[in-house]
Amino acid sequence: MSQENLAAYAAEHGLKRMGARPSFFNYLTETWQRRDFAVALSTFSNEAANARNRLGKWWNILLPTIQAATYGLIFGVILGSSRPDNFLPFLFTGVFLFSFMSGSFYSGASSITSNSGLVRSLSFPRALLPISTVITQFVNLLPQIGILLVTLLIIQHQITWGWLALIPILFLMTMFSAGLAMIAARLTAQVRDLSKLLPFVTRIFFYISGIFFSVDKVLANHPDIYAFVKWNPVYDFIEIARGALVEGYTMETDIWIACVAWAVVTFVFGSIFFWKAEEEYGRD
Amino acid sequence: MAATKKATPKKAAERKPVVIVDDVHVIYKVYASGKRVTRGQGKNGIFSKTSNLREVHAVKGVSFTVYEGESIGIIGSNGSGKSTLLRAISGLTPIDGGSIYAIARPTLLGVGGALLPNISGERNILLGGMAMGESRKDMEKSVDEIAKFAGLEEFIDLPMRTYSSGMAARLKFAIAAHRDHDILIVDEALSVGDKQFQNRSEARMRQLRENAGTVFLVSHAMESILETCNRVIWLEKGLIRMDGDPKKVVAAYSKYMEEISE
Repeated sequence: MSQENLAAYAAEHGLKRMGARPSFFNYLTETWQRRDFAVALSTFSNEAANARNRLGKWWNILLPTIQAATYGLIFGVILGSSRPDNFLPFLFTGVFLFSFMSGSFYSGASSITSNSGLVRSLSFPRALLPISTVITQFVNLLPQIGILLVTLLIIQHQITWGWLALIPILFLMTMFSAGLAMIAARLTAQVRDLSKLLPFVTRIFFYISGIFFSVDKVLANHPDIYAFVKWNPVYDFIEIARGALVEGYTMETDIWIACVAWAVVTFVFGSIFFWKAEEEYGRD
Repeated sequence: MAATKKATPKKAAERKPVVIVDDVHVIYKVYASGKRVTRGQGKNGIFSKTSNLREVHAVKGVSFTVYEGESIGIIGSNGSGKSTLLRAISGLTPIDGGSIYAIARPTLLGVGGALLPNISGERNILLGGMAMGESRKDMEKSVDEIAKFAGLEEFIDLPMRTYSSGMAARLKFAIAAHRDHDILIVDEALSVGDKQFQNRSEARMRQLRENAGTVFLVSHAMESILETCNRVIWLEKGLIRMDGDPKKVVAAYSKYMEEISE
């Protein structure tokens, strides 16, 4: 029987073609329906990872605090008088938010390979794996935000309306990070070699995004370079958060627009890019 | 032999097809790591890898139609393409030719170790069920039942990495078989279980079939095949060698295996 007849015969009995990737819309729907899975996977993996440490989940608070204190001490001394204004809140905002974005990128990259048992045994929308790692990163960010707000209160002695802007900022950053995690997941699943380069990518962004120094001050004499560097998404998100929280910094409209654009574009591109290779994951 | 036979809907009037496999080909492209000692030396250098790309034609044009109420046993020697074919049917492996139609997306229960090794058996049950689309509430209600079916009540709070391969396979089968499936594919997952568990799982597969589900079973245990299946397909070197009544096919296969082992 010919191909067409067979297809018609199959359709007549309600059979669907297999091996074809679900349409993008169906894929998103299916992923959304199983969001509980992504949350549970994140919670359970996080608990399992901490189970062997005596201090358990306290490390989620201890580690960034130690990190921020170390950077504060070292850069505070090295930079001396060229420190940005209001240095501690400036630095904490940068370090904590950067660790959320780089953490999502990093753990998203290994989300397919580190869950190979699950991928080989069950079929489900694979996008749930990178998304689950972003949920983990987000949950770990919350206590850090707590430390940040306490630090702000101690140093600045006041709560401002700007703090409310943190909600949309975190929302946009999470969209951006989810897109980033999906892009990294597909890239490393298909080209393993890239996982070797990831630490350098995050390092480079750490140094060019003004985590511990003020990019616009350093580039004050090079406005053309600044005009280019200022569209770096990591810089934009951190800059807008500083504008919302840290005294002496403001939220610029063009940075806001850049943040929204980066969040939407990265998320949409990331999900399409990841979905395009859906049937390839776990094939090795 | 009957390898090139097309999927013919002769009895279409009275029988409803569930899965149609039409002239399916699967070709793996694999980077061969290292050279066979007997071969001459190839070029060296970063780009010489491309010359090591080998194609393995695992399934070479397989066609059959499965009707409602059938449960299919797939047999064949190691490397005959059984698992590849079933992975293709479940949509986990892309096909390189032909087409596959199915009434619903099949659930494949594959071989291999734990789902999530560092997480307890109980939480693996929750996650496995939720990955298949169950709600967390429903799964929480079913946890005890599933643990009991797997015979793992005592160990259900231990991380799955501590389980033996038999225990892990039992748990995975219990998770997948817990709910009714339109199409369930069991790939050698039960061979590591003990006798008692095999009986229980065979009973469950017959029950799934009675609830209008279709079961595919890959196994080297002919007893299991005869016990659960009412049709058997014998694959050899990526082609169908025989397809039909379980007793006849199993007898022919056993005879063939004896002949080649002599």
